[in-house]
Amino acid sequence: MSPWVLRGLRNGVVTTRWPARPDPYASGWRGPATVLDPAAGEGADGLEGLCPTGAISTQPDGAGPDGAERDGTQPDGAERDGAERDGAERDGAERDGAERADRGRVRLDQGKCILCGRCVGARPDVFGWSTGPGAAALTRGGLVVPEIPGTAENLAAIRDGLRARTAALQRSVHLRHVDAGSDGAEEQEIYALLGPVYDVHRLGIFFTASPRHADVLLVTGAGARGMIAPLRRTFDGMPDPKIVIAVGTDAVSGGLVSPSYATTGGVSDTVGVDVWLPGSPPSPFSILHALLLALGRLPTVQQTAVQQTAVRQAAERQTAERRTQRRDQGEGQ
Amino acid sequence: MTGGRAAGTGLTGGIPPIMPASGVNALWDSVMRDVAAGRRFAGLMATQRPDGVLLSAHIAEPGGIVIREAQLPPGATSYPALTPRLDAAFWYERLIHDLHGISPEGHPRLAPLVLPRRDDAAPRPRPGAPGGPAAIQPDEHSLPRHVMGPGLFTIPHGPVRSGVLESIEYLVETPGEDIPHLNMRVFYKHRGIEKRFEGMTPGDGLLLAERTEGVASVAHALAYCHAIERMSGAEVPWPAALVRVLHAELERLANHLDTGTRLADAAGLAVATARFALHKETVLRLVSRMCGSRFGRGVVVPGGVTALPRLDAADLLTEVARLERAITGDVNAAMGTSSFLDRLRRTGPLRPERAREHGALGPVGRASGYDDDARRGRPYDAYPALGRGDWLPHSGGDALDRLRVRWDEALGSLHLLRQAADELAGVGDQPLRADCAVVDGTVTDGRSVGWAEAPQGEVLYDLRIEEGRITRCRPRSASFHNLVLFHEVFAGDILTDFPFIEASFGLSVAGVVL
Repeated sequence: MSPWVLRGLRNGVVTTRWPARPDPYASGWRGPATVLDPAAGEGADGLEGLCPTGAISTQPDGAGPDGAERDGTQPDGAERDGAERDGAERDGAERDGAERADRGRVRLDQGKCILCGRCVGARPDVFGWSTGPGAAALTRGGLVVPEIPGTAENLAAIRDGLRARTAALQRSVHLRHVDAGSDGAEEQEIYALLGPVYDVHRLGIFFTASPRHADVLLVTGAGARGMIAPLRRTFDGMPDPKIVIAVGTDAVSGGLVSPSYATTGGVSDTVGVDVWLPGSPPSPFSILHALLLALGRLPTVQQTAVQQTAVRQAAERQTAERRTQRRDQGEGQ
Repeated sequence: MTGGRAAGTGLTGGIPPIMPASGVNALWDSVMRDVAAGRRFAGLMATQRPDGVLLSAHIAEPGGIVIREAQLPPGATSYPALTPRLDAAFWYERLIHDLHGISPEGHPRLAPLVLPRRDDAAPRPRPGAPGGPAAIQPDEHSLPRHVMGPGLFTIPHGPVRSGVLESIEYLVETPGEDIPHLNMRVFYKHRGIEKRFEGMTPGDGLLLAERTEGVASVAHALAYCHAIERMSGAEVPWPAALVRVLHAELERLANHLDTGTRLADAAGLAVATARFALHKETVLRLVSRMCGSRFGRGVVVPGGVTALPRLDAADLLTEVARLERAITGDVNAAMGTSSFLDRLRRTGPLRPERAREHGALGPVGRASGYDDDARRGRPYDAYPALGRGDWLPHSGGDALDRLRVRWDEALGSLHLLRQAADELAGVGDQPLRADCAVVDGTVTDGRSVGWAEAPQGEVLYDLRIEEGRITRCRPRSASFHNLVLFHEVFAGDILTDFPFIEASFGLSVAGVVL
């Protein structure tokens, strides 16, 4: 008998049940940097210079970093959907921070964050890491933390519009990926979605070779000029309705690779982006989150930060117990 | 071993010997003498200096990398090509032509490699020179399309291909099933990385190095930092040297498992595909538990590492033991599955003499009997004190031998991981980072070469810093050096062998075109 039958059964079910159930690896994931306390950075010099990609701004008038302002496809920056965020510490800190930030001050454009941690290391009182897979936003401006006040109005409309476009897809969503100048790591994280741990097929999501069969375009990379035409052809070849997800900080803003003679500073100049997902690279859970955000299929229950932490801790306990059990049963040979 | 032991004996030699040649022909003569003496041609690059273009050849020898250089006269638009004398320079000289606009006279096929343009006279990036064009739009129509014989047609395969892959186009010329000739177009995802380094501080340059070839972030960071440490005369503290080895070997393990996954996928072995993908995910999660990033980014810094793994050594050893059991079992099963082996045996053979002539790097070279492992030949960090383990030599050069080499390497990595974790358990509270004069600004000028053995093979950084800023940085990944061999490995193979041959090379396009 083929050895593979038994080998396939060896570890039982390794597939995550996220998002239906919490997953400790998902909720504990270290996402882009965030502003913990905008007031702490008030008046401090040199904060902007901390960031190698210029994601930090300290303008007093509440304007976002220039990357967000340049956003041509969305009217101003709109709020990111709190209900769809997993980040426990982020939620609380931010809502609290947003009011104070109107008076001035430190903003961080996560769309430019390459997760080098330089700001967190230099000013842990001002900056921290976001946690959880929910790094994606429906607008470019929505990646700015704390959120830019007074720009939340259109978010509901954008979300509803997206949901209307994707409603017909239901549980048969086909993805096409195009690399527009990535560093190669994003491809591996997307490919992982097909593996046994993330297994997107369980969610009715499939990869397809032909753009003609694709509903969602995952674009990675800083927008290499050589890929403009192939990317555009792929996009044009897709039938409506279609969704574009910019996967990774490079795809969102060009990251550290731009400005360069060979890139366009992200992919949004070539294709209209619906979901913006920063990360260097984003984890498979973050990519999954972005996909479900685009499809309007994230669980809608809003959990408080305390509840989320409790859920996470419970899940971690469970996993630890399971692991111990399995180890005791001897999973070895 | 707990004391403050000096690590990385291969790195303490100050700047590498630079041998200026009196002219280009004299330079090529000395390169050819090196190659004839058994040293390896490791790369060729051009730098725009105020007084003309500087050609630098890298020669690998036991213990280090030697640079041989010659300066072209100011305003020179051509020089006698090296490629007619040394095939391995084929892509290097095309790249120089693309980036600098100077022509290697006598080059057999000077088609654009990374910057196809219709207007040959338009401004070029010219790495090394300040400034440069803000945007260069490549034009694929300026590339020649040629088919070799009657009855052949071309299957353009890419740049957007089936599956989740990086962008590259293969032009497969075929009468229907055989592949008598194959061409590659790699320019699509050229990002201008070399030029992007320029003007950066040494600290920012490290972040870009980590993102040059994302699947080998640790190896690129190591090679980059080795260059800076060499310039600064810095000694990496022993615990940091061990942490570097941990991350470098986990990266190797993840990449080799990825190759195994893709080969099993190509053969339609669903369970094997899932198993190797599961192990790879386990490795990436282990890396993220250690440092927060699944690709080991932010760990390696000039002079050492940022932190010890967040996992204590005992947990690490447990994880390594568990991985070893799981991987060994599945590898043995895969290597006993005849339907799998049949697809790999005699597929995509690279002849040993070609591997040696070209100086094929990493697993591709080792599978064809050419083993120049930087961890052994030019050891760095903690490698001189750790055993890589002895492997059976392979020389079949086919996809099967390439996979065998990868499994040997994967088990070797686990062996190294165990040793490094053991050692790390014994180190006390020691500094993790030595001061680097180039980073803290006490030394503002320097030039050096750093290297590391990536999962794909040796990666090389030639770095020049002036007034505290990078003025030239040329990363040379193994992917760039090895991919050109793709031209030669299709003899006797048919279209359905293609995914096996491609996966068995295990290269990253990002590292090819930069």
